[in-house]
Amino acid sequence: MKPFAYHQPSQIPDAAKLLTSIEDSKLVAGGMTLIPTLKQRLANPPALVDLSKLGNLKGITDDGATITIGAMTPHAVVAASKLVQSKIPGLAVLASMIGDPAVRSRGTIGGSVANNDPAADYPAGVLGLGATIVTSTREIAADKFFLGLFETALEVSEIITAIRFPVPLKAGYAKFKAPASRYALVGVFVAKFADGVRVAVTGAGSGVFRVPPMEAALSGNFDPTAVAAIKIDTDGLTSDIHAEADYRAHLVTVMAKRAVDAALS
Amino acid sequence: MQISFTLNGRPTTVEVEPATLVAELLREQLHLTGTHIGCDTSQCGACVVHLNGLPVKSCTLLAPALDGATLLTIEGLQGAPGSNQMHPMQEAFREHHGLQCGFCTPGMLMTAVALATEKPDLTEADVRHGLEGNICRCTGYQNIVVSVMAGAAAMNAAKGE
Repeated sequence: MKPFAYHQPSQIPDAAKLLTSIEDSKLVAGGMTLIPTLKQRLANPPALVDLSKLGNLKGITDDGATITIGAMTPHAVVAASKLVQSKIPGLAVLASMIGDPAVRSRGTIGGSVANNDPAADYPAGVLGLGATIVTSTREIAADKFFLGLFETALEVSEIITAIRFPVPLKAGYAKFKAPASRYALVGVFVAKFADGVRVAVTGAGSGVFRVPPMEAALSGNFDPTAVAAIKIDTDGLTSDIHAEADYRAHLVTVMAKRAVDAALS
Repeated sequence: MQISFTLNGRPTTVEVEPATLVAELLREQLHLTGTHIGCDTSQCGACVVHLNGLPVKSCTLLAPALDGATLLTIEGLQGAPGSNQMHPMQEAFREHHGLQCGFCTPGMLMTAVALATEKPDLTEADVRHGLEGNICRCTGYQNIVVSVMAGAAAMNAAKGE
């Protein structure tokens, strides 16, 4: 790693000011993506702004029709939360499938969502549940937040403070993981609400996306058989050393069926 | 920058560059070489230590994160205090031949102790899922899993005494 200055502000406005004043400075939450990136010298920021000393960014609160998860809440805490397990079990399952125990001790929901890795798990849960990303300056709907490969609607000095999830009637997540990295080769999150069903896919393309034909079919009949015959187009899907686009397209259907199955069980 | 933390029960203060990894700090500055660096890409788990009681990969942790924290490394793992005995999990690895070359073992032990502490009634599936972040290139894992199950049972028994 190249040397960098290290800042540990205790107030969000101070953190935002550092991001604006030091060009190319980076936020660090759990560091599970950033530290490996620094070690490979794929990024050489002059300064890191550590979010760990900011108050009130950790923890999970029950707001009745929604659950709010602080941006610095680690995956292990979400996975083990009785509140999440009872209100959105599919989200607790998703958190328990990220990386390995050591990664889940450190990695945070805010970091994962801000990074928007095309194969990360949380973007599927956030988009699938139609969550709201709460930042230091505004609230952003999930549908307007994820803009493609590692790109989000966040401004340079904008900091995610929490994610607010509406509580669905049912929700489930299924992923086919790449065996070495445990990232999603394809992961599908389904959520059933009173006014319809949302289906979000991660791992298959350059960023998380929804599947309207599956949503329509499941809104009529929330059962794995409803999506069994729906194939998604391979256009825009990823082909790489791990899998060809047509295999990923096939997995989207299979994982969608399993996610519905998980939601019903 | 100066950081202060509790290392294996002892208050410790060191001067570090912010770009220092905890694995480097432990091995090169504090000469605690029991924490191994295998892959240095947070895949293999040979460098697992406990930060505030939770397993973390010390090759993917910046030293400033230690400030004010409690750190346990393989050197701090022990049986009953003052007994000069191995930790029940270490004893189980010896008894059940849970290692061959031993390079991954410090990380295996730290992960295993964390697993058994978090969930006292571990199943074999829990152990296999829990060891996903620890790679062993010798054993094929069978005896490691057997060792962790036995070690967890011994930890439970010791707790009951």
